[in-house]
Amino acid sequence: MPDMSAGNQRLSISQTIGRWLIYAVLILFALYFLLPWIVMLLTSVKTMADIRTGNLISFPREFTLEAWKSAWSGACIGVKCGGIKAYFFNSVKMAVPAVAISTLIGAVNGYVFSKWRFRGSEMIFSLLLIGCFIPFQVILLPMARTLGNLGLAQSLSGLILVHVVYGVAFTTLFFRNFYVGIPTELVNAARIDGAGFFRIFFRIMLPVSKPIFVVCIIWQTTQIWNDFLFGVVFSSGDTQPVTVALNNLVNTSTGVKRYNVDMAAAIIAAFPTLLVYIVAGKYFVRGLTAGAVKG
Amino acid sequence: MAALKIENIYKKFGSVEVLKGISLDVASGEFLVLVGPSGCGKSTLLNLIAGLETVSAGSIMIGDRVVNDISPKDRDIAMVFQSYALYPNMNIRKNLSFGLETRKMPKAQIQEIVQKVSTLLQIQNLLDRKPSELSGGQRQRVAMGRALARNPKVFLFDEPLSNLDAKLRVEMRTEIKRLHQRINTTIVYVTHDQIEAMTMADRIAIMKDGIVQQFDTPENVYDNPSNRFVAGFIGSPSMNFMPAKVGIDAGQAFLIMDTGNGRSHKLTVPREISPLAPWNDREVIFGIRPEQITEDTKRSRETGKNNIINCEVQVVEPTGPDTLVFIQLNGVEVTCRVHPAAARRPGETMALQVDMSKAIFFHPETGERI
Amino acid sequence: MMKSIADKLERQLPRLVLAPTVLAIMVFVYGFILWTAWVSFTNSTLLPKYEFQGFFQYVKLFGNDRWWVACQNLAIFGSLFIFICIALGLLLAILLDQRIRCEGAIRAVYLYPMALSFIVTGTAWKWMLNPSLGLERLMHQFGFTGFTFDWLVNSEMSIYTVVIAGVWQSTGFVMAMFLAGLRGIDDAIIQAAQVDGAGLPRIYRCIIIPSLRPVFFSSIIILSHIAIKSFDLVVALTSGGPGYSSDLPATFMYAFAFNRNRLGFGAASAMVMFGAVMGIIVPYLYSELRGKKHA
Repeated sequence: MPDMSAGNQRLSISQTIGRWLIYAVLILFALYFLLPWIVMLLTSVKTMADIRTGNLISFPREFTLEAWKSAWSGACIGVKCGGIKAYFFNSVKMAVPAVAISTLIGAVNGYVFSKWRFRGSEMIFSLLLIGCFIPFQVILLPMARTLGNLGLAQSLSGLILVHVVYGVAFTTLFFRNFYVGIPTELVNAARIDGAGFFRIFFRIMLPVSKPIFVVCIIWQTTQIWNDFLFGVVFSSGDTQPVTVALNNLVNTSTGVKRYNVDMAAAIIAAFPTLLVYIVAGKYFVRGLTAGAVKG
Repeated sequence: MAALKIENIYKKFGSVEVLKGISLDVASGEFLVLVGPSGCGKSTLLNLIAGLETVSAGSIMIGDRVVNDISPKDRDIAMVFQSYALYPNMNIRKNLSFGLETRKMPKAQIQEIVQKVSTLLQIQNLLDRKPSELSGGQRQRVAMGRALARNPKVFLFDEPLSNLDAKLRVEMRTEIKRLHQRINTTIVYVTHDQIEAMTMADRIAIMKDGIVQQFDTPENVYDNPSNRFVAGFIGSPSMNFMPAKVGIDAGQAFLIMDTGNGRSHKLTVPREISPLAPWNDREVIFGIRPEQITEDTKRSRETGKNNIINCEVQVVEPTGPDTLVFIQLNGVEVTCRVHPAAARRPGETMALQVDMSKAIFFHPETGERI
Repeated sequence: MMKSIADKLERQLPRLVLAPTVLAIMVFVYGFILWTAWVSFTNSTLLPKYEFQGFFQYVKLFGNDRWWVACQNLAIFGSLFIFICIALGLLLAILLDQRIRCEGAIRAVYLYPMALSFIVTGTAWKWMLNPSLGLERLMHQFGFTGFTFDWLVNSEMSIYTVVIAGVWQSTGFVMAMFLAGLRGIDDAIIQAAQVDGAGLPRIYRCIIIPSLRPVFFSSIIILSHIAIKSFDLVVALTSGGPGYSSDLPATFMYAFAFNRNRLGFGAASAMVMFGAVMGIIVPYLYSELRGKKHA
């Protein structure tokens, strides 16, 4: 932005050196951020023998997808030796409904908080907002008991419920902030035109909400897919999400440590959110800055 | 078409009282303009009429029906918004028909109305476009079309022209007025622009601080303002106000004016407008419009009786048809409107004729008309 | 008559629509916090007991060595994590703001770790920092035979590995926030300074960086919020070990409440965490909401 080299004079020598320095530093850091990913990829296609003799960034002498196969469908996690396939699909089965439900509820809530304020609605919104920030440790114990009482303990449905409940505060915030930017006159015009609460929502608000839906869905997907705390506390065995399975695979496998399998599993676990990032990075960053505060 | 009757309306937001007892009686087919500075409560009043907000006290009648508790959709009103509020996801045809569809009107009838309205407003060729593809003026027309399509009892306009550029605004002003003459529906029109108010209204309600200061025809509001605020708000350039001491000599009231350099002059107040008897030897606020202080011509000398003052010209602003000359009277700057050819240059002395028959006097503390 | 009933219903719709969320928040957030608070004052172990026993769990907590280690670690981790993330993030943002070619690509590389789960990050770095096969081996093979790097298994240094991984994951995000802040600065101010004869370093020091104060403020809030809630990263990277040398309050709470079944004790530690987060967040939210009302 401050363009010191602007104008028609040529760059001086010190400026040229400065430019090179800037690029050098930027590229160095790009390598730093890429390194772990490169190492993971390289390690995942090596044999264990290769790993023991080579180093982190040495090229595989023998390229193999054995580790990937094993990570997907063969590696032992706890007592079961079926790889992380089943857990990956657990995460899918958990994330899809949890994202859909929390996003829809958030949309309607945001609509009320922005366009149908009533006495006390701001107060309720503040209460909701604080709900975004609580350290979840403070609700883990009662939630575990409640899920038990509801008969949802250690089940995927229980996990979905938990993610919806603690995600709604956030999706509401997203939609409310978006709808605040939509002129209220639009709602007033529709009211005078005779449209009611839901007709205005479906005919006027929803059609203009596409961008915020994308942001919200991406945000919720990464949050829920990447979650570990709820997964480790509220699920067990067959119902664990992929993050928990990955951690179990890496930390508790008995016998010989197979780093290549660990890495392949980690890449598989990271794949969906990474894909979302690559495909819709713009929206991802937007959600990140809008929803940053959730941490 | 229906009359609108507003009786003693109060509106509070929390502890803030925005409207403090508003009463207005609008005849069927009348064009009412609510005008006032921002924050005076005019838009709130319009929202109350529309039913977008609920009154804290008082009553609103449309036709012979009290509508206080009736929701906006059942009040039989239509509204044009400042930002036009066109539905961005619908094309113009949809925008016009949305309200009719909501009211479950038969398709054929809707089509007919859309046709009629779009012809009236000359937007037939825009029907399949989206609002984002339209210019400001076109959007304005569509917004009016949407209101017209509903054929309501009362039209509400909320500063509809303030987002247009100056030239378009003048055109649309005329067009709205023409439209009103044609359809003759009751209109309540909110603006902060006094020129819009003067040019369009049958009657103007000037508001300030949640109170109607004056409710009258444009002519009366201009010539007979009920207080200093109204006098200053209506008219451009604004009316001159100066403190002046009243003297009475043989039953004839006059004002003592300091014209600069220690000289002073007595301005005689015509007997027929003089209520100044009780103010002998006291100070009043003397109000006079710029066009009442003009160059000294023969004709004015014959009629004007002794009301010529000689003042030093301080600043000159040509506007084209007239030139504004600024002088100092009783220590305040005074604007005079003179013929361009008669204007003197700054620093020169100029003889000016004051038409005291249009003079207005205000109480120095309350600002009320004397 | 029918009409007026429908009207009344319509008028209550916003409240009705919001009701389930409000109910959920009251129960699952505030109710649960109260429950945890109550349990923290009891002698609950495996099952909750509800007789009030006073502050003895808190007394025990603050007399517990492991808790102090966790708090100390949080202080080390938190301060380093926040400081390094902000310093690096600001540096990278400023460099990226110099009309860089392929800025988009570089930015994407810096940001992608944010799309990953902390579990994946932890797994990757655990492998990178592996004392025998990781970085140490790499340096040895490069000829630096004296190089040792055993932080992961060194109880003095293990918390610093968490800092390394945490910084790797979050720096890009801080960079994105600073970049947005830099782009928001009015060019005219900078041009005015240039006309006044100020050099580039001086413009940055005296004009640009001071005007980024709000970004600093929200970065610190967000990063400290991440730090206090950090759980997954430690679990994946060190499991709190060696011993409990890299415990954080979040892992401490999990260990006592779920592994050792000391409900009351775990609840007390959760309440302390809750208090800490609220101490940071509530003033922040308050100032944010105030600020918005004035704007």
